[in-house]
Amino acid sequence: MLNNEKIVGFIGQKILRLISLLIVVCFVSFMLIQFSPIDPVRAYIGEMPVSEEHKAKLEEYWGVNTPPQEKFLNWAGDVLKGNFGTSLIYRMPVTDVIKERFAASLVLMAASWLFSGVLGFILGIVAGMKKGTWIDKAIKTYCYVLAATPTFWLALILLMVFSVYLGWFPIGLSVPIGVIAENVTFFDWLLRLILPALTLSLLGVAQIALFTREKLIEVLSSDYVLFAKARGEKGLDLVLRHGIRNVALPAITLQFLGFSELFGGTVLVEQVFSYPGIGQAAVAAGLRSDVPLLLGIVIVSACFVFLGNSIADIIYQFVDPRIKQQEASI
Amino acid sequence: MGKQAEIIAEEKNKTEALLKVEDISLYFIQYASGLRQTELKVISNLSIEAYRGEILAVVGSSGSGKSLLAHAILGILPSNAKLDGKMEYNGQKLTQEKKEEIRGKEIAIIPQTITYLDPLMRISNQVIGCVEEKNEGLMKKLQRDIFQRYDLKPDVEKMFPHELSGGMTRRVLVSTAVISSAKLIIADEPTPGLDEKTLNETLSYFKDMANKGCAVILITHDIEAALKISNKIAVFYAGTVLEVANVEDFKNDGENLRHPYTKALWNALPQNKFQIINGQQPMPDEVIDGCIFYERCSKKNDLCSKGIPQFKKVNGGVVRCNNVS
Repeated sequence: MLNNEKIVGFIGQKILRLISLLIVVCFVSFMLIQFSPIDPVRAYIGEMPVSEEHKAKLEEYWGVNTPPQEKFLNWAGDVLKGNFGTSLIYRMPVTDVIKERFAASLVLMAASWLFSGVLGFILGIVAGMKKGTWIDKAIKTYCYVLAATPTFWLALILLMVFSVYLGWFPIGLSVPIGVIAENVTFFDWLLRLILPALTLSLLGVAQIALFTREKLIEVLSSDYVLFAKARGEKGLDLVLRHGIRNVALPAITLQFLGFSELFGGTVLVEQVFSYPGIGQAAVAAGLRSDVPLLLGIVIVSACFVFLGNSIADIIYQFVDPRIKQQEASI
Repeated sequence: MGKQAEIIAEEKNKTEALLKVEDISLYFIQYASGLRQTELKVISNLSIEAYRGEILAVVGSSGSGKSLLAHAILGILPSNAKLDGKMEYNGQKLTQEKKEEIRGKEIAIIPQTITYLDPLMRISNQVIGCVEEKNEGLMKKLQRDIFQRYDLKPDVEKMFPHELSGGMTRRVLVSTAVISSAKLIIADEPTPGLDEKTLNETLSYFKDMANKGCAVILITHDIEAALKISNKIAVFYAGTVLEVANVEDFKNDGENLRHPYTKALWNALPQNKFQIINGQQPMPDEVIDGCIFYERCSKKNDLCSKGIPQFKKVNGGVVRCNNVS
């Protein structure tokens, strides 16, 4: 009973927060764009030569001279109805663009999120267990170097080594050029996913590995591990029995909190590999003044990061038996 | 023939100490200023013996290094610790390898607080410990029996440590030692913060263990609790044992006690004279040439400030004091 009430309260609170977050995000990004030197008419006509008269008509059509607050309310009203407008550069509804692009990015992010999480956790456990040895030092050095590496730089290096010199992977895009959509095989697509996913994974490893290492060292110096040793437990068994159990929850929580960095990394990596995902669309929308698309992406990415944080909260509040108990006893 | 040999061995077992700790010293290596290493001596020239069927209480004030003694016997000292001296278990030399081999099986520790339990593991798994799969059923049954004996309800099995009450924690921690069928049980401060009833109950568990033939070392600062159930009391002071007295020696004004510190400890109890002596025990970093109790002793003489007094057997106990004969 108590637990149900708590869940309802939790969800209610989360929804309220999400709504207020979205209102603020929408308003701020809309106003930022309003005050930036973006000209929707220029964006629409591109390089076409037009007459002054024609331009004035267009300006009227796009509502350039409407007051900003009215513009915002018009736009926000449409968004509430589910209409995000039409993308200026793709010439199709923003929702469709985002759906298509986000799906592609989601595969990339999910793959690298899982891979970096698992690899980082294992590296962290190994380093923590072998604290002070050369393995630990090697893993630590690797993590520090990676933590200081810019995403785009690593992406370029991988691209140069594996695609240009070795020729193992295609240089970019998610499908081969000049092939009809039906003829693109799963393998073609997978082959183009590997390098971007690898770039994101390698970078994601550092944080989770260092965190897991610290946490494991803390656990291994705890009273309960000392007691376990006194009872004859040792080596890998001991780490598996007590270490993993106590490190896993905070590590998974951290990995979910990393959604924002994952998204940021994706933008850069997709740009370097010309991978047609949401990140690339965001850059294109920004550079080419596609305001409806840009705002749509802002909303979607805010929701995405919010989702990651919420999952971390859920793990913290509903999975850890200690927190559960505390709440129940209040 | 075989039977007779067994009987002889058993007789020998009873009279010979299960655990002999001889003249051990424990240092911590520390970095003082910069790279200069110093050794901090926390236990010095300590000797105790534990016998089957007996409870030996190691009594001393907080911060005198009692828990470290337990950790030294089990070989779970931190890596910057250095241990000198000899230990024997059941007639065999107790090396670090030997300790690692027999801890949990022959020697068990009952820890002080709940922090010695894994916060995220259910109680029954912790009590049973790490066992091979084929023995799991058997251990589960054993654990249920023990829980029943200690009046722990079946739902405790599924609990996490933070859900236990103080008394339950105590019984769970005791269960971890009982289930191991160890011969030597070291209880590290098992009584603080317990009410009278739980205290007596806990003490009775140790008495039971001793009656079943275990050697029990009870490490505590509560001399009254120790006197209730122990056979011998080792008085621990500033990292060493000053006297090992029989429990019967603690009576009247303490005239049967050998060391001035033991007498002072006895007379400080409220039901006795409620007298305290001046001063405090020396810190581990103080260098003392003579008797460690010299500063606070009322009977000191010149000899006491030169060299540590040797252990002497007096009236069925042992004592480190020059003024006893």
